[in-house]
Amino acid sequence: MRGREDEWTGLMRSAMAGDDAAYHRLLKAVTPVLRAAARRGLARAGQPPDQAEDIVQEILLAVHLKRHTWDSEAPFAPWLFAIARNKLIDALRRRGRRVFVNIDDFAETLPGEAAQETASAGEVAAQLGTLPQRQRDVLQSIAVESASIKDTASKLSMSEGAVRVALHRGLAALTAKLRDH
Amino acid sequence: MDTDQLIRSLAADNAHRVPRVGAMLTMALLVAAPLSILIFATFLGVRPDVMTAMRNPFFDMKFAVTLSLAIPAIIVSLHLSRPEALMRGWGWLLLLPVGLLAVAIGSEAMMAPAMPMTMRLMGKNSRVCLLAIPAMSLPLLAGALFGLRHGAPSRPALAGALAGLVSAGLAATLYASHCTDDSPLFVATWYTLATALVTAIGAAVGSKVLRY
Repeated sequence: MRGREDEWTGLMRSAMAGDDAAYHRLLKAVTPVLRAAARRGLARAGQPPDQAEDIVQEILLAVHLKRHTWDSEAPFAPWLFAIARNKLIDALRRRGRRVFVNIDDFAETLPGEAAQETASAGEVAAQLGTLPQRQRDVLQSIAVESASIKDTASKLSMSEGAVRVALHRGLAALTAKLRDH
Repeated sequence: MDTDQLIRSLAADNAHRVPRVGAMLTMALLVAAPLSILIFATFLGVRPDVMTAMRNPFFDMKFAVTLSLAIPAIIVSLHLSRPEALMRGWGWLLLLPVGLLAVAIGSEAMMAPAMPMTMRLMGKNSRVCLLAIPAMSLPLLAGALFGLRHGAPSRPALAGALAGLVSAGLAATLYASHCTDDSPLFVATWYTLATALVTAIGAAVGSKVLRY
């Protein structure tokens, strides 16, 4: 446990110093831990565990956009878990309210509603469709087709700077949509 | 998009850097300050007898009180902008102006009073005070909230309340140079009421806009 968390802190320090590969490794390493926590939280709240992935993705986006609030002298895990807890509570509250409304108003269609909840795993993907064309193209290229920034730039006839801006704006917009929807 | 794909796009964005919350808050307050100063210069202005007033320790005390609110509030609000931060161990910083006021009230009570207590408490400017401090606070509050949005507070309403204390403390510092009521009793009553109002607004707005 201790060793794992020290490793995370080290990776995050490298990431903040500009090491993209360390950042990638760190996010991969924390994801299973976040996933398990999200499943536990959902189970405790009586929610289907298949929504865990949405919560994991929301946590990862928040970690990314708020990483400047991490103090590089402090251990990484408490910071990470504070964000995860915040996002999990938010998500449960949101879903809890929705389910509650369903039970009150649509008691007879409950199985159908439940199925819809299940199908909504992939909220990030759904919100992706509402982004401006350019941001969507850039995210599609980098995330789904795993193209580099450089390749994406030449493919979309954009400058690398414009690709970077569109990528960041797209991620920030996704986070805002997930939070407010 | 599956999680691996999302992680890939996050890693690709790793080069993107933003200023720290403290820098954002400072910038936002510096942008907002001229608006508050404009309100001050247009409607209030420094009191005409300021040179004599400066020889009165209770005049100077007003600035000690307002700044001992604004500066610790900035420090605590920056602390709370970190997701894992707790209020524990930091709250006492916000008691500094309360302590200063208590000392000031005590020393005034020990002196031969120039005016009866109720007159010192009610003063001549209570209504202006209740209006001017919140009015000058609003631009600063907007700035403070804008700066703190950059952080990740676990309790958005509390962070918003701190933004309210920051802006009220700064606005009250301006107001103190206008107001001719120097009694700590006046400050403890009317400045506090005005500050409470701004803090409540900050908490209400913060609970909406400081979620991350």
